[in-house]
Amino acid sequence: MFGDYSLADLSSIFVMQGFAGLILFSVYVLMALGLAIIFGQMGVINMAHGEFMILGAYVTYLCSTFFQTYLPSLFGGYFFVAMALAFLASGAMGMLVEWALIRHLYKRPLDTLLATWGLSLILQQAYRTIFGPREVGVELPSWMMGSIPVTDSIEVQINGLFVIAVTTVITLGVAVLIYRSRFGAQIRAVMSNRSMAGAVGIDTEKVDRTTFGLGCGIAGIAGSAFTMIGSTGPTSGQLYIVDTFLIVVFGGAASLLGTIASAFSISQTQSTLEFFLSGSMAKVLTLLAVVAILMLRPQGLFTLKVRR
Amino acid sequence: MLQTAASPSPVVPPVMTGAQPMLAISDLHAAYGQSEVLHGIDINVAPGEIVAVMGRNGMGKSTLMKTLMGIVPTKSGTITVDGTDVTTLKSHTRVAKGLAYVPQGRMIFSTMTVQENIETGLTVTGSRKVPQDLYTMFPVLLEMKGRRGGNLSGGQQQQLAIARALASNPKVLLLDEPTEGIQPSIIREMGRTLKKIRDERGLSIVVSEQVLSFAMDVADRVLVIENGAIVHESLRADIDEAQVARFLSV
Repeated sequence: MFGDYSLADLSSIFVMQGFAGLILFSVYVLMALGLAIIFGQMGVINMAHGEFMILGAYVTYLCSTFFQTYLPSLFGGYFFVAMALAFLASGAMGMLVEWALIRHLYKRPLDTLLATWGLSLILQQAYRTIFGPREVGVELPSWMMGSIPVTDSIEVQINGLFVIAVTTVITLGVAVLIYRSRFGAQIRAVMSNRSMAGAVGIDTEKVDRTTFGLGCGIAGIAGSAFTMIGSTGPTSGQLYIVDTFLIVVFGGAASLLGTIASAFSISQTQSTLEFFLSGSMAKVLTLLAVVAILMLRPQGLFTLKVRR
Repeated sequence: MLQTAASPSPVVPPVMTGAQPMLAISDLHAAYGQSEVLHGIDINVAPGEIVAVMGRNGMGKSTLMKTLMGIVPTKSGTITVDGTDVTTLKSHTRVAKGLAYVPQGRMIFSTMTVQENIETGLTVTGSRKVPQDLYTMFPVLLEMKGRRGGNLSGGQQQQLAIARALASNPKVLLLDEPTEGIQPSIIREMGRTLKKIRDERGLSIVVSEQVLSFAMDVADRVLVIENGAIVHESLRADIDEAQVARFLSV
Protein backbone atom coordinates (compact mmCIF):
# COMPACT_ATOMS: atom_id res chain seq x y z
CA MET A 1 0.00 0.00 0.00
CA PHE A 2 2.99 2.29 0.38
CA GLY A 3 4.34 1.47 -3.11
CA ASP A 4 2.81 4.43 -4.95
CA TYR A 5 4.34 7.09 -2.74
CA SER A 6 7.85 8.48 -2.59
CA LEU A 7 9.60 8.66 0.76
CA ALA A 8 9.04 12.41 1.01
CA ASP A 9 5.36 11.96 0.22
CA LEU A 10 5.06 9.27 2.83
CA SER A 11 6.58 11.34 5.58
CA SER A 12 4.29 14.24 4.71
CA ILE A 13 1.32 11.90 4.73
CA PHE A 14 2.28 10.58 8.13
CA VAL A 15 2.68 14.06 9.53
CA MET A 16 -0.59 15.31 8.09
CA GLN A 17 -2.50 12.21 9.15
CA GLY A 18 -0.79 12.42 12.49
CA PHE A 19 -2.09 15.95 12.85
CA ALA A 20 -5.58 14.92 11.80
CA GLY A 21 -5.21 12.16 14.37
CA LEU A 22 -4.38 14.78 16.99
CA ILE A 23 -7.66 16.57 16.35
CA LEU A 24 -9.53 13.28 16.65
CA PHE A 25 -7.45 12.58 19.75
CA SER A 26 -8.61 15.86 21.27
CA VAL A 27 -12.27 15.03 20.86
CA TYR A 28 -11.66 11.48 22.12
CA VAL A 29 -9.77 12.71 25.17
CA LEU A 30 -12.50 15.15 26.13
CA MET A 31 -15.16 12.49 25.67
CA ALA A 32 -13.17 9.79 27.45
CA LEU A 33 -12.25 12.04 30.38
CA GLY A 34 -15.89 12.52 31.26
CA LEU A 35 -16.76 8.89 30.72
CA ALA A 36 -13.77 7.68 32.73
CA ILE A 37 -14.49 9.98 35.67
CA ILE A 38 -18.12 8.89 35.78
CA PHE A 39 -17.36 5.21 35.33
CA GLY A 40 -14.46 5.30 37.75
CA GLN A 41 -16.40 6.99 40.48
CA MET A 42 -19.89 5.64 40.21
CA GLY A 43 -19.46 2.47 38.19
CA VAL A 44 -22.08 3.92 35.88
CA ILE A 45 -21.56 3.30 32.19
CA ASN A 46 -23.14 6.33 30.63
CA MET A 47 -24.49 5.21 27.26
CA ALA A 48 -25.93 8.69 26.73
CA HIS A 49 -22.50 10.29 26.86
CA GLY A 50 -22.47 10.80 23.09
CA GLU A 51 -25.77 12.67 23.33
CA PHE A 52 -24.33 14.98 26.00
CA MET A 53 -21.55 15.71 23.55
CA ILE A 54 -24.04 16.42 20.78
CA LEU A 55 -25.93 18.75 23.10
CA GLY A 56 -22.71 20.74 23.35
CA ALA A 57 -22.43 20.69 19.57
CA TYR A 58 -25.98 21.99 19.13
CA VAL A 59 -25.36 24.69 21.71
CA THR A 60 -22.31 25.74 19.70
CA TYR A 61 -24.41 25.75 16.54
CA LEU A 62 -27.11 27.88 18.18
CA CYS A 63 -24.47 30.21 19.52
CA SER A 64 -22.87 30.69 16.13
CA THR A 65 -26.23 31.42 14.52
CA PHE A 66 -27.09 33.85 17.31
CA PHE A 67 -23.83 35.75 16.95
CA GLN A 68 -24.14 35.81 13.16
CA THR A 69 -27.61 37.26 13.35
CA TYR A 70 -27.40 39.66 16.28
CA LEU A 71 -23.77 40.34 17.11
CA PRO A 72 -21.82 39.96 13.87
CA SER A 73 -19.16 42.33 15.17
CA LEU A 74 -18.27 39.91 17.99
CA PHE A 75 -18.44 36.82 15.82
CA GLY A 76 -14.71 36.24 16.08
CA GLY A 77 -14.99 35.40 19.76
CA TYR A 78 -18.20 33.43 19.72
CA PHE A 79 -16.44 30.10 20.11
CA PHE A 80 -15.30 30.86 23.63
CA VAL A 81 -18.83 31.78 24.66
CA ALA A 82 -20.12 28.68 22.91
CA MET A 83 -17.72 26.42 24.78
CA ALA A 84 -18.65 27.88 28.14
CA LEU A 85 -22.35 27.55 27.34
CA ALA A 86 -21.88 24.01 26.04
CA PHE A 87 -20.16 23.08 29.29
CA LEU A 88 -22.92 24.63 31.36
CA ALA A 89 -25.77 23.14 29.31
CA SER A 90 -24.39 19.60 29.25
CA GLY A 91 -23.27 19.85 32.87
CA ALA A 92 -26.68 21.05 34.04
CA MET A 93 -28.42 18.34 32.10
CA GLY A 94 -26.00 15.79 33.53
CA MET A 95 -26.81 16.86 37.06
CA LEU A 96 -30.51 16.76 36.31
CA VAL A 97 -30.21 13.24 34.88
CA GLU A 98 -28.16 12.11 37.88
CA TRP A 99 -30.79 13.48 40.23
CA ALA A 100 -33.80 12.16 38.36
CA LEU A 101 -32.51 8.83 37.11
CA ILE A 102 -29.04 7.61 37.96
CA ARG A 103 -29.02 8.02 41.74
CA HIS A 104 -31.91 5.59 42.08
CA LEU A 105 -29.90 2.94 40.25
CA TYR A 106 -26.52 3.03 42.01
CA LYS A 107 -27.15 -0.38 43.52
CA ARG A 108 -28.03 -1.81 40.11
CA PRO A 109 -25.14 -0.88 37.80
CA LEU A 110 -26.37 -2.99 34.88
CA ASP A 111 -29.69 -1.20 34.93
CA THR A 112 -27.92 2.13 34.54
CA LEU A 113 -26.60 0.81 31.23
CA LEU A 114 -30.14 0.19 30.06
CA ALA A 115 -31.49 3.42 31.54
CA THR A 116 -28.82 5.61 29.98
CA TRP A 117 -29.23 3.83 26.67
CA GLY A 118 -32.94 4.62 26.81
CA LEU A 119 -32.04 8.18 27.68
CA SER A 120 -29.78 8.37 24.64
CA LEU A 121 -32.68 7.28 22.39
CA ILE A 122 -34.96 9.87 23.97
CA LEU A 123 -32.36 12.58 23.50
CA GLN A 124 -31.74 11.60 19.89
CA GLN A 125 -35.43 11.87 19.12
CA ALA A 126 -35.62 15.15 21.01
CA TYR A 127 -32.77 16.56 18.89
CA ARG A 128 -34.51 15.29 15.77
CA THR A 129 -37.74 17.01 16.78
CA ILE A 130 -36.11 20.27 17.84
CA PHE A 131 -33.31 20.70 15.34
CA GLY A 132 -34.60 18.53 12.49
CA PRO A 133 -33.08 15.36 11.08
CA ARG A 134 -30.62 17.17 8.82
CA GLU A 135 -27.11 17.67 9.97
CA VAL A 136 -26.07 21.20 10.75
CA GLY A 137 -22.67 22.77 10.50
CA VAL A 138 -21.27 25.84 12.18
CA GLU A 139 -19.68 28.81 10.52
CA LEU A 140 -16.14 29.29 11.76
CA PRO A 141 -14.86 32.81 12.43
CA SER A 142 -12.33 33.85 9.83
CA TRP A 143 -9.33 33.68 12.16
CA MET A 144 -9.90 30.01 12.71
CA MET A 145 -10.08 29.13 9.03
CA GLY A 146 -7.21 28.31 6.78
CA SER A 147 -3.97 26.64 7.64
CA ILE A 148 -0.36 27.35 8.36
CA PRO A 149 2.06 25.92 5.80
CA VAL A 150 4.96 24.22 7.55
CA THR A 151 6.69 22.87 4.46
CA ASP A 152 5.66 22.61 0.80
CA SER A 153 3.62 19.51 1.39
CA ILE A 154 2.70 19.83 5.06
CA GLU A 155 0.23 22.30 6.43
CA VAL A 156 -1.67 22.34 9.68
CA GLN A 157 -5.18 23.72 10.13
CA ILE A 158 -5.62 26.59 12.56
CA ASN A 159 -8.88 25.24 13.98
CA GLY A 160 -7.08 21.97 14.64
CA LEU A 161 -4.41 23.77 16.64
CA PHE A 162 -7.16 25.58 18.51
CA VAL A 163 -8.93 22.33 19.40
CA ILE A 164 -5.66 20.79 20.56
CA ALA A 165 -4.92 23.82 22.72
CA VAL A 166 -8.40 23.73 24.28
CA THR A 167 -8.05 20.02 25.02
CA THR A 168 -4.66 20.53 26.62
CA VAL A 169 -5.98 23.28 28.87
CA ILE A 170 -9.03 21.27 29.91
CA THR A 171 -7.07 18.08 30.51
CA LEU A 172 -4.60 19.94 32.69
CA GLY A 173 -7.50 21.60 34.46
CA VAL A 174 -9.13 18.24 35.18
CA ALA A 175 -5.81 16.78 36.34
CA VAL A 176 -5.26 19.67 38.74
CA LEU A 177 -8.84 19.42 39.96
CA ILE A 178 -8.60 15.70 40.64
CA TYR A 179 -5.07 15.42 41.99
CA ARG A 180 -4.52 18.76 43.67
CA SER A 181 -7.81 20.12 44.94
CA ARG A 182 -9.85 19.16 47.99
CA PHE A 183 -12.83 18.36 45.86
CA GLY A 184 -10.63 16.06 43.78
CA ALA A 185 -9.51 14.28 46.93
CA GLN A 186 -13.16 13.76 47.80
CA ILE A 187 -13.82 12.35 44.34
CA ARG A 188 -10.93 9.93 44.71
CA ALA A 189 -12.04 8.93 48.18
CA VAL A 190 -15.55 8.14 46.96
CA MET A 191 -14.04 6.29 43.99
CA SER A 192 -11.92 4.20 46.31
CA ASN A 193 -14.57 3.30 48.90
CA ARG A 194 -18.01 4.85 48.83
CA SER A 195 -19.36 3.91 52.26
CA MET A 196 -16.06 4.68 53.97
CA ALA A 197 -15.95 8.08 52.28
CA GLY A 198 -19.34 8.80 53.82
CA ALA A 199 -18.07 7.61 57.19
CA VAL A 200 -15.19 10.10 57.20
CA GLY A 201 -17.63 12.91 56.54
CA ILE A 202 -17.77 13.29 52.77
CA ASP A 203 -21.20 14.03 51.32
CA THR A 204 -21.07 11.29 48.71
CA GLU A 205 -24.33 12.24 47.04
CA LYS A 206 -23.16 15.77 46.41
CA VAL A 207 -19.84 14.51 45.10
CA ASP A 208 -21.65 12.08 42.79
CA ARG A 209 -23.90 14.75 41.36
CA THR A 210 -21.09 17.22 40.82
CA THR A 211 -18.87 14.59 39.25
CA PHE A 212 -21.61 13.46 36.90
CA GLY A 213 -22.26 17.05 35.93
CA LEU A 214 -18.55 17.67 35.43
CA GLY A 215 -18.14 14.59 33.22
CA CYS A 216 -21.13 15.56 31.10
CA GLY A 217 -19.97 19.18 30.94
CA ILE A 218 -16.61 18.08 29.54
CA ALA A 219 -18.52 16.02 26.97
CA GLY A 220 -20.31 19.25 26.07
CA ILE A 221 -16.96 20.92 25.40
CA ALA A 222 -16.00 17.89 23.32
CA GLY A 223 -19.17 18.57 21.33
CA SER A 224 -18.08 22.14 20.80
CA ALA A 225 -14.74 20.95 19.47
CA PHE A 226 -16.49 18.29 17.44
CA THR A 227 -18.32 20.90 15.37
CA MET A 228 -14.98 21.74 13.77
CA ILE A 229 -14.28 18.27 12.46
CA GLY A 230 -17.76 17.03 11.61
CA SER A 231 -21.30 18.15 11.08
CA THR A 232 -23.77 17.79 13.90
CA GLY A 233 -26.78 15.51 13.55
CA PRO A 234 -29.10 13.85 16.06
CA THR A 235 -27.19 10.56 15.91
CA SER A 236 -23.63 11.85 15.52
CA GLY A 237 -22.89 11.10 19.16
CA GLN A 238 -23.48 7.40 18.70
CA LEU A 239 -20.55 7.13 16.33
CA TYR A 240 -18.23 8.25 19.07
CA ILE A 241 -19.53 6.40 22.09
CA VAL A 242 -18.11 2.99 21.10
CA ASP A 243 -14.65 4.38 20.41
CA THR A 244 -14.76 6.28 23.66
CA PHE A 245 -15.61 3.15 25.63
CA LEU A 246 -12.78 1.39 23.91
CA ILE A 247 -10.44 4.14 25.03
CA VAL A 248 -11.59 4.05 28.63
CA VAL A 249 -11.27 0.27 28.86
CA PHE A 250 -7.97 0.19 26.99
CA GLY A 251 -6.46 2.90 29.13
CA GLY A 252 -7.38 1.23 32.40
CA ALA A 253 -10.40 2.66 34.18
CA ALA A 254 -9.73 5.40 36.73
CA SER A 255 -6.34 6.31 35.32
CA LEU A 256 -6.19 9.75 33.75
CA LEU A 257 -2.80 9.15 32.16
CA GLY A 258 -3.94 5.78 30.82
CA THR A 259 -7.00 7.41 29.23
CA ILE A 260 -4.83 9.97 27.48
CA ALA A 261 -2.28 7.42 26.28
CA SER A 262 -4.96 5.12 25.01
CA ALA A 263 -6.87 7.92 23.25
CA PHE A 264 -3.61 8.94 21.60
CA SER A 265 -2.66 5.49 20.36
CA ILE A 266 -6.14 4.64 19.13
CA SER A 267 -6.75 7.95 17.34
CA GLN A 268 -3.31 7.92 15.71
CA THR A 269 -3.61 4.34 14.55
CA GLN A 270 -7.05 5.01 13.17
CA SER A 271 -6.15 8.24 11.45
CA THR A 272 -3.00 6.90 9.82
CA LEU A 273 -4.57 3.63 8.69
CA GLU A 274 -7.59 5.46 7.30
CA PHE A 275 -5.45 7.16 4.71
CA PHE A 276 -4.17 3.91 3.26
CA LEU A 277 -7.13 1.61 3.85
CA SER A 278 -10.87 2.12 3.97
CA GLY A 279 -12.34 3.56 7.14
CA SER A 280 -13.94 0.30 8.21
CA MET A 281 -10.79 -1.71 7.56
CA ALA A 282 -8.86 0.76 9.70
CA LYS A 283 -11.40 0.28 12.47
CA VAL A 284 -11.19 -3.50 12.22
CA LEU A 285 -7.41 -3.44 12.54
CA THR A 286 -7.54 -1.01 15.49
CA LEU A 287 -10.12 -3.15 17.25
CA LEU A 288 -8.15 -6.33 16.68
CA ALA A 289 -5.02 -4.75 18.09
CA VAL A 290 -6.91 -3.50 21.13
CA VAL A 291 -8.51 -6.91 21.71
CA ALA A 292 -5.12 -8.60 21.47
CA ILE A 293 -3.51 -6.17 23.92
CA LEU A 294 -6.40 -6.43 26.36
CA MET A 295 -6.10 -10.22 26.33
CA LEU A 296 -2.51 -9.87 27.46
CA ARG A 297 -3.22 -6.97 29.82
CA PRO A 298 -6.83 -7.13 30.97
CA GLN A 299 -6.40 -4.32 33.49
CA GLY A 300 -5.66 -1.83 30.71
CA LEU A 301 -2.54 0.15 29.91
CA PHE A 302 -1.97 1.93 33.19
CA THR A 303 -2.80 0.79 36.68
CA LEU A 304 -1.67 1.83 40.11
CA LYS A 305 0.34 -0.71 42.00
CA VAL A 306 -0.82 -0.71 45.62
CA ARG A 307 -1.97 -3.25 48.13
CA ARG A 308 -5.75 -3.32 48.11
CA MET B 1 -27.62 -18.49 76.61
CA LEU B 2 -29.69 -19.72 79.52
CA GLN B 3 -27.45 -18.33 82.19
CA THR B 4 -27.49 -15.02 80.36
CA ALA B 5 -31.25 -14.75 80.39
CA ALA B 6 -31.14 -14.70 84.15
CA SER B 7 -28.26 -12.23 84.38
CA PRO B 8 -29.04 -9.08 86.32
CA SER B 9 -29.97 -5.86 84.55
CA PRO B 10 -26.97 -3.83 83.38
CA VAL B 11 -24.97 -2.14 86.09
CA VAL B 12 -24.78 1.61 85.79
CA PRO B 13 -21.12 2.52 85.95
CA PRO B 14 -20.21 5.14 88.55
CA VAL B 15 -18.86 7.55 85.94
CA MET B 16 -22.31 7.64 84.38
CA THR B 17 -24.39 8.89 87.23
CA GLY B 18 -25.64 12.41 86.79
CA ALA B 19 -23.80 13.11 83.57
CA GLN B 20 -25.57 13.11 80.24
CA PRO B 21 -24.27 10.19 78.14
CA MET B 22 -22.08 11.18 75.19
CA LEU B 23 -23.46 8.30 73.14
CA ALA B 24 -26.86 6.89 73.94
CA ILE B 25 -28.20 3.90 72.07
CA SER B 26 -31.67 2.77 72.96
CA ASP B 27 -33.62 -0.23 71.73
CA LEU B 28 -31.63 -0.33 68.51
CA HIS B 29 -32.81 -2.76 65.88
CA ALA B 30 -31.01 -3.21 62.57
CA ALA B 31 -31.48 -5.62 59.71
CA TYR B 32 -29.95 -6.66 56.42
CA GLY B 33 -33.06 -6.78 54.26
CA GLN B 34 -35.54 -8.97 56.11
CA SER B 35 -33.13 -10.65 58.51
CA GLU B 36 -32.80 -8.71 61.73
CA VAL B 37 -29.31 -8.76 63.21
CA LEU B 38 -29.57 -6.41 66.18
CA HIS B 39 -32.53 -7.06 68.46
CA GLY B 40 -32.82 -4.07 70.73
CA ILE B 41 -29.44 -2.84 71.90
CA ASP B 42 -29.22 -0.38 74.82
CA ILE B 43 -25.86 1.19 75.54
CA ASN B 44 -24.95 4.45 77.23
CA VAL B 45 -21.41 5.72 77.00
CA ALA B 46 -20.31 8.48 79.37
CA PRO B 47 -18.01 11.32 78.29
CA GLY B 48 -14.43 10.09 78.38
CA GLU B 49 -15.42 6.48 78.88
CA ILE B 50 -13.91 3.58 76.93
CA VAL B 51 -16.37 0.75 76.33
CA ALA B 52 -15.38 -2.57 74.78
CA VAL B 53 -18.06 -4.57 72.99
CA MET B 54 -16.98 -8.18 72.88
CA GLY B 55 -18.41 -11.16 71.09
CA ARG B 56 -17.68 -13.96 68.71
CA ASN B 57 -17.78 -13.64 64.94
CA GLY B 58 -21.23 -13.08 63.54
CA MET B 59 -22.76 -11.89 66.81
CA GLY B 60 -23.40 -8.35 65.57
CA LYS B 61 -20.35 -6.32 66.62
CA SER B 62 -19.60 -4.95 63.18
CA THR B 63 -23.26 -4.50 62.39
CA LEU B 64 -23.62 -2.45 65.56
CA MET B 65 -20.71 -0.24 64.48
CA LYS B 66 -22.03 0.13 60.95
CA THR B 67 -25.51 0.94 62.22
CA LEU B 68 -24.08 3.61 64.52
CA MET B 69 -22.27 5.06 61.51
CA GLY B 70 -25.32 4.94 59.25
CA ILE B 71 -23.84 2.44 56.82
CA VAL B 72 -26.44 -0.17 57.80
CA PRO B 73 -29.90 1.44 58.16
CA THR B 74 -31.56 1.55 61.56
CA LYS B 75 -34.84 -0.36 61.69
CA SER B 76 -36.04 1.11 64.95
CA GLY B 77 -34.66 2.64 68.12
CA THR B 78 -32.61 5.79 68.58
CA ILE B 79 -28.98 6.82 68.55
CA THR B 80 -28.07 10.07 70.31
CA VAL B 81 -24.69 11.77 70.24
CA ASP B 82 -24.17 14.42 72.91
CA GLY B 83 -27.90 15.05 73.06
CA THR B 84 -28.43 15.19 69.28
CA ASP B 85 -30.56 12.49 67.70
CA VAL B 86 -28.62 11.11 64.72
CA THR B 87 -30.79 8.06 64.01
CA THR B 88 -32.09 9.26 60.66
CA LEU B 89 -29.00 11.15 59.52
CA LYS B 90 -26.71 10.08 56.71
CA SER B 91 -23.15 8.97 57.48
CA HIS B 92 -21.49 12.26 56.64
CA THR B 93 -23.81 14.32 58.80
CA ARG B 94 -23.27 11.91 61.68
CA VAL B 95 -19.57 12.66 61.34
CA ALA B 96 -20.38 16.35 61.58
CA LYS B 97 -22.35 15.63 64.78
CA GLY B 98 -19.32 14.02 66.38
CA LEU B 99 -19.10 10.36 65.41
CA ALA B 100 -15.92 8.96 63.91
CA TYR B 101 -15.28 5.46 62.68
CA VAL B 102 -12.29 3.19 62.26
CA PRO B 103 -13.71 0.22 60.37
CA GLN B 104 -12.71 -3.41 60.46
CA GLY B 105 -9.97 -3.96 57.91
CA ARG B 106 -9.08 -0.25 58.27
CA MET B 107 -10.42 0.67 54.82
CA ILE B 108 -7.97 3.44 54.17
CA PHE B 109 -8.11 4.94 50.68
CA SER B 110 -5.32 2.86 49.21
CA THR B 111 -4.57 4.91 46.11
CA MET B 112 -4.34 8.18 48.04
CA THR B 113 -1.33 9.40 49.95
CA VAL B 114 -1.17 9.27 53.72
CA GLN B 115 -1.64 13.01 53.96
CA GLU B 116 -4.61 12.98 51.59
CA ASN B 117 -6.16 10.18 53.62
CA ILE B 118 -5.99 12.27 56.77
CA GLU B 119 -7.29 15.31 54.87
CA THR B 120 -10.46 13.46 53.88
CA GLY B 121 -11.21 13.36 57.60
CA LEU B 122 -11.02 17.15 57.73
CA THR B 123 -14.02 17.55 55.41
CA VAL B 124 -16.59 18.31 58.09
CA THR B 125 -14.29 20.63 60.05
CA GLY B 126 -13.72 22.94 57.10
CA SER B 127 -10.06 23.23 57.99
CA ARG B 128 -7.47 22.53 55.33
CA LYS B 129 -4.35 21.67 57.26
CA VAL B 130 -3.71 18.44 59.10
CA PRO B 131 -3.44 19.39 62.80
CA GLN B 132 0.09 19.00 64.08
CA ASP B 133 -0.95 16.97 67.12
CA LEU B 134 -2.06 14.09 64.88
CA TYR B 135 1.44 13.82 63.50
CA THR B 136 2.83 14.15 67.01
CA MET B 137 0.66 11.25 68.08
CA PHE B 138 1.59 9.15 65.05
CA PRO B 139 5.08 10.24 64.00
CA VAL B 140 5.34 7.42 61.47
CA LEU B 141 2.55 9.05 59.45
CA LEU B 142 4.55 12.26 59.14
CA GLU B 143 7.47 10.23 57.87
CA MET B 144 5.27 8.51 55.30
CA LYS B 145 2.96 11.36 54.42
CA GLY B 146 3.75 11.23 50.71
CA ARG B 147 3.35 7.45 50.40
CA ARG B 148 0.22 5.81 49.11
CA GLY B 149 -1.92 4.45 51.90
CA GLY B 150 -2.11 1.06 50.25
CA ASN B 151 1.63 0.59 50.55
CA LEU B 152 1.73 0.94 54.34
CA SER B 153 1.97 -2.03 56.69
CA GLY B 154 -1.08 -3.20 58.60
CA GLY B 155 -0.09 -1.44 61.81
CA GLN B 156 0.69 1.79 59.98
CA GLN B 157 -2.62 1.61 58.15
CA GLN B 158 -4.35 1.19 61.50
CA GLN B 159 -2.67 4.35 62.80
CA LEU B 160 -3.65 6.12 59.59
CA ALA B 161 -7.27 5.03 59.97
CA ILE B 162 -7.30 6.33 63.55
CA ALA B 163 -5.67 9.61 62.54
CA ARG B 164 -8.20 10.02 59.73
CA ALA B 165 -11.04 9.47 62.18
CA LEU B 166 -9.56 11.89 64.71
CA ALA B 167 -9.14 14.57 62.04
CA SER B 168 -12.88 15.26 62.18
CA ASN B 169 -12.62 16.22 65.88
CA PRO B 170 -15.06 13.59 67.06
CA LYS B 171 -16.82 13.31 70.39
CA VAL B 172 -17.21 9.57 70.06
CA LEU B 173 -14.68 7.31 68.37
CA LEU B 174 -15.86 3.92 67.12
CA LEU B 175 -13.27 1.24 66.45
CA ASP B 176 -14.24 -2.05 64.88
CA GLU B 177 -11.81 -4.83 65.81
CA PRO B 178 -8.71 -2.66 65.72
CA THR B 179 -6.42 -5.55 66.72
CA GLU B 180 -7.37 -7.76 63.81
CA GLY B 181 -4.32 -8.69 61.77
CA ILE B 182 -1.93 -6.63 63.89
CA GLN B 183 1.12 -8.10 65.58
CA PRO B 184 0.99 -8.42 69.40
CA SER B 185 3.64 -5.82 70.23
CA ILE B 186 1.73 -3.24 68.21
CA ILE B 187 -1.54 -4.24 69.88
CA ARG B 188 -0.12 -3.23 73.27
CA GLU B 189 1.11 0.01 71.76
CA MET B 190 -2.34 0.65 70.35
CA GLY B 191 -3.93 0.14 73.75
CA ARG B 192 -1.69 2.87 75.14
CA THR B 193 -2.50 5.12 72.19
CA LEU B 194 -6.24 4.75 72.67
CA LYS B 195 -6.00 5.66 76.35
CA LYS B 196 -3.78 8.59 75.47
CA ILE B 197 -6.30 9.82 72.91
CA ARG B 198 -9.04 9.59 75.51
CA ASP B 199 -6.96 11.42 78.12
CA GLU B 200 -5.83 14.17 75.77
CA ARG B 201 -9.08 14.78 73.94
CA GLY B 202 -11.63 13.61 76.47
CA LEU B 203 -13.61 11.73 73.87
CA SER B 204 -15.63 8.58 74.41
CA ILE B 205 -14.45 5.41 72.71
CA VAL B 206 -16.43 2.34 71.75
CA VAL B 207 -14.25 -0.52 70.60
CA SER B 208 -15.44 -3.89 69.41
CA GLU B 209 -13.06 -6.72 70.21
CA GLN B 210 -12.46 -10.43 70.29
CA VAL B 211 -9.16 -10.23 72.18
CA LEU B 212 -10.01 -10.18 75.88
CA SER B 213 -6.57 -9.08 77.05
CA PHE B 214 -6.75 -5.98 74.86
CA ALA B 215 -10.23 -5.14 76.09
CA MET B 216 -9.09 -5.62 79.70
CA ASP B 217 -6.20 -3.34 78.98
CA VAL B 218 -8.09 -0.38 77.52
CA ALA B 219 -11.74 -0.55 78.54
CA ASP B 220 -13.45 0.98 81.56
CA ARG B 221 -16.42 -1.27 80.92
CA VAL B 222 -16.88 -4.48 78.96
CA LEU B 223 -20.09 -5.53 77.24
CA VAL B 224 -20.70 -8.87 75.61
CA ILE B 225 -22.91 -9.07 72.55
CA GLU B 226 -24.43 -12.35 71.52
CA ASN B 227 -26.91 -12.93 68.70
CA GLY B 228 -27.62 -9.24 68.41
CA ALA B 229 -28.28 -8.52 72.09
CA ILE B 230 -26.15 -7.40 75.02
CA VAL B 231 -25.94 -10.39 77.34
CA HIS B 232 -23.32 -9.37 79.86
CA GLU B 233 -21.93 -6.14 81.23
CA SER B 234 -19.33 -5.39 83.86
CA LEU B 235 -16.88 -2.73 84.89
CA ARG B 236 -13.24 -3.59 84.40
CA ALA B 237 -12.67 -3.54 88.14
CA ASP B 238 -15.09 -6.33 88.88
CA ILE B 239 -14.98 -8.29 85.65
CA ASP B 240 -15.11 -12.07 85.88
CA GLU B 241 -12.60 -12.92 83.16
CA ALA B 242 -13.52 -16.58 83.07
CA GLN B 243 -17.16 -15.74 82.49
CA VAL B 244 -16.41 -13.33 79.64
CA ALA B 245 -13.94 -15.80 78.14
CA ARG B 246 -16.73 -18.36 78.08
CA PHE B 247 -18.80 -16.04 75.92
CA LEU B 248 -15.90 -15.69 73.53
CA SER B 249 -14.93 -19.35 73.27
CA VAL B 250 -16.07 -21.15 70.20
